[in-house]
Amino acid sequence: MEKETQSNSEYIVEIRDMYKIYKMGDNEVRALNGVNLKIRPHEFVAIIGPSGSGKSTLMNMIGCLDTPTSGEYYIDGHEASTLKEDEQAAIRNKEIGFIFQQYNLLQKLSVEENVELPLIYAGVPAAKRKEMTKIALERVGLYDRRHHKPTELSGGQQQRASIARALAARPPIILADEPTGALDSKTGTEVLSMLKELHQEGKTVILITHDNRIAHEAERIVRIMDGEIVFDSLVDGDKSQVNV
Amino acid sequence: MNLKQAFKMAIKSIMASKMRTFLTMLGIIIGVCAVIVLVSVVQGSTGSISDSIESLGANSISVSFTGRNSTKYVTYEEMQEFQSENAEYISYVVPMMSGMGRVKYDSSNITVSVTGTNEDYLSVKNREVTSGRFINGIDIEKRRKVAVIGSYNVQELFGFEDPINKQIKINNEIFTVVGVLNEISDSEEMSEDNVIIIPYTSGRLIFRTNRIRSYTVWASTAENVETATDMVNNFLYSKFKDEDEYNVVSVASMMDALDEITGMMALLTAGIAGISLVVGGIGIMNIMLVSVTERTREIGIRKAIGAKRSSILSQFLIESALVSCMGGVVGIILSIIGTSILGNAMSINAFPSVFVMLGAFAFSAVIGIFFGWAPANKAAKLNPIDALHAE
Repeated sequence: MEKETQSNSEYIVEIRDMYKIYKMGDNEVRALNGVNLKIRPHEFVAIIGPSGSGKSTLMNMIGCLDTPTSGEYYIDGHEASTLKEDEQAAIRNKEIGFIFQQYNLLQKLSVEENVELPLIYAGVPAAKRKEMTKIALERVGLYDRRHHKPTELSGGQQQRASIARALAARPPIILADEPTGALDSKTGTEVLSMLKELHQEGKTVILITHDNRIAHEAERIVRIMDGEIVFDSLVDGDKSQVNV
Repeated sequence: MNLKQAFKMAIKSIMASKMRTFLTMLGIIIGVCAVIVLVSVVQGSTGSISDSIESLGANSISVSFTGRNSTKYVTYEEMQEFQSENAEYISYVVPMMSGMGRVKYDSSNITVSVTGTNEDYLSVKNREVTSGRFINGIDIEKRRKVAVIGSYNVQELFGFEDPINKQIKINNEIFTVVGVLNEISDSEEMSEDNVIIIPYTSGRLIFRTNRIRSYTVWASTAENVETATDMVNNFLYSKFKDEDEYNVVSVASMMDALDEITGMMALLTAGIAGISLVVGGIGIMNIMLVSVTERTREIGIRKAIGAKRSSILSQFLIESALVSCMGGVVGIILSIIGTSILGNAMSINAFPSVFVMLGAFAFSAVIGIFFGWAPANKAAKLNPIDALHAE
C-alpha cells in the first residue's frame, strides 16, 4: 500500500526538516537537528563528517533503517518517515543496495548464495534469481568464484561480492558506508573506481565517509557537523572548498 | 520469502553447525526414545498377560461354589438343565473337579493334578488328543475308570512305552489310559501338560465327594458372554438365594480389569517420559536463544537487505522445529532397536505401534515449535541498526 506522496518527484531522496532526538535522562541528544537534503537521481554524493557528527544517523535515515523524531523523508516517491518495520524492509529491499565497511557477508553461505539473498526476500522465482545473480557477479568479476565462501576470498574480493549483492535486485540507489575503510589503498581505489562506474551506468550513489580524499571522488559533497548540514557543494559552491 | 526458502535456509544453518545441532537434538532423542520404549514395553507385557487370559478362551466363564452352607447345592443335572434351557447363549456346562492323586505305573511314582470332567472338556479348553481318544459319554454313563494323560506324564511314567491301554493306579484305584493330550507347554512339570483327566463320575473315588464345586461355562459366542454371565448369575441366585455361596468370573471381565490397569500404567509412564521431552524442549529453547545472540549480526544483515520480521521468525522457527523433528526421528529409530532388545530379554513383543511412533513424532514437532517460539520472536524483533553493530 503506497502512502500518498507529497514529494517532489524530481528527487530520489528528499529529507525535509528532519530531527532525531534521544532523551538520556534529563539530557537531550540531537543527533539530527533540522536536516534538509535533496538528492536527484543519478547523482554521486559523498556525505562527510567526523564521528559523532550525525552522519551515521543520517545514513540510517536515508537507508530506511530508522525513523526520525520529526520531519519527512521521501525515497523514490515513497513516504518513508512513518513506516512500520516490515514496510521499511520492503523499501530497503527494492530501492537500496547497501555496501558496508565490514562487507557483512554471511559467512556460512557461498558468494552466490549471498548475492542471491535480496532476490529471495524480494520473492523472485528461482530461475530469474539465478539469471540476475549471474549478471551481478559477472559485473564485479566474481562469477568464477561464486561457490567460494567469504573466508576464502581476499578483502577486495569480499567487498566486490558485497557490491554484487547490492546490485542483484537492481535498486536505483547504492548506499555505501565507508566502503574502503577495511581495505588497503590499492584495493580501495579499485572499489572506488567501481562505484564511479556504477554511477556512470545510472545508479544514484550515496557515499558516507570521514575521509576527505575519498569524499572528493564524488561529484557532490555534503558536510555534516553536530547534526546539521554545514556545507553542500551543490548549494554552497564548488567542493574544493571542503577541507579536512 | 516463501516456506520452501525458509526451509532451505534452516537446513543450511543446521548443516553449518552439525555438532551443536546434534547436542541440541540429544534431549529430544532421549525423550522420544524413552517415551516410546516405556510405553511399548508396558503395552507388550500387558499384551502377554492378556494373551494368557485370552488362552482361557474368550467365551469362558468360571463358576465355583464356595460351599459355606453345606445344605445348599446345585447338582450336575440341574446345571445341564440350565444349559439346555439357555442353549442359545450357553453351549456347554463342563464340570471341573480337581484333586491331587498319587499315580503309579510300574516302578514310577508321581503326584499329579487330577481333573474330573465330561466329554466337553476339549471344547472349553481348546485342546485335543494326539493318540487314543478322549473320555466320552459312555465312559461317564458306565462310570468307567479311564484316564487321559498329559505329555509330561507320558514321559515320567512310561518313558518311550506306548501308554494306551496300560493300567495305572491313581490313589490306589486302577485306571486304564485311553488317550494322550496334545503338548501345550513343553511338557514342564508345572504346566498344563502335567494333568490327568478322568470322568467326573469316577471322581468320587479320587475326590472323596460327589459334589462338583466348579464348572467352566462356555458362552455360544464372545459377544454373548455378558448375557450368559448374567444368566448364570441369575440362575445360581435363584438356587442359592445368597451371593456369597458362589463365584462367577468371566474372562471378559478379567480383560476389562486388565485394560483399565494397563491404560493407567501406560498413561503414567508416558507422562513421566513426557517430562523428559519437555526438558529436551527447554534445551532447544536454550540453544536457540544462544544461537540468536550469536547470529545477531547475521540477522541485522538480513534485515538490512530486506528480510521482514515474518521471514526471520519463520527461518528460526523452522530451524528449531526441524532440529526437534530430526531428533524425533532418531529417537524413534533408537526406540525400535531398544524395544527389540528389551522385548527379547523379557520375552514379550514390545515393538512400538505406528500410533505411538506417529504420536511421538508429532509431539517432538510441537515441542520444537513451542520452545523455539520465544527465541525466534526475539530474533525477529531485533533492531537492524543495533544488530548490525553487534560483534
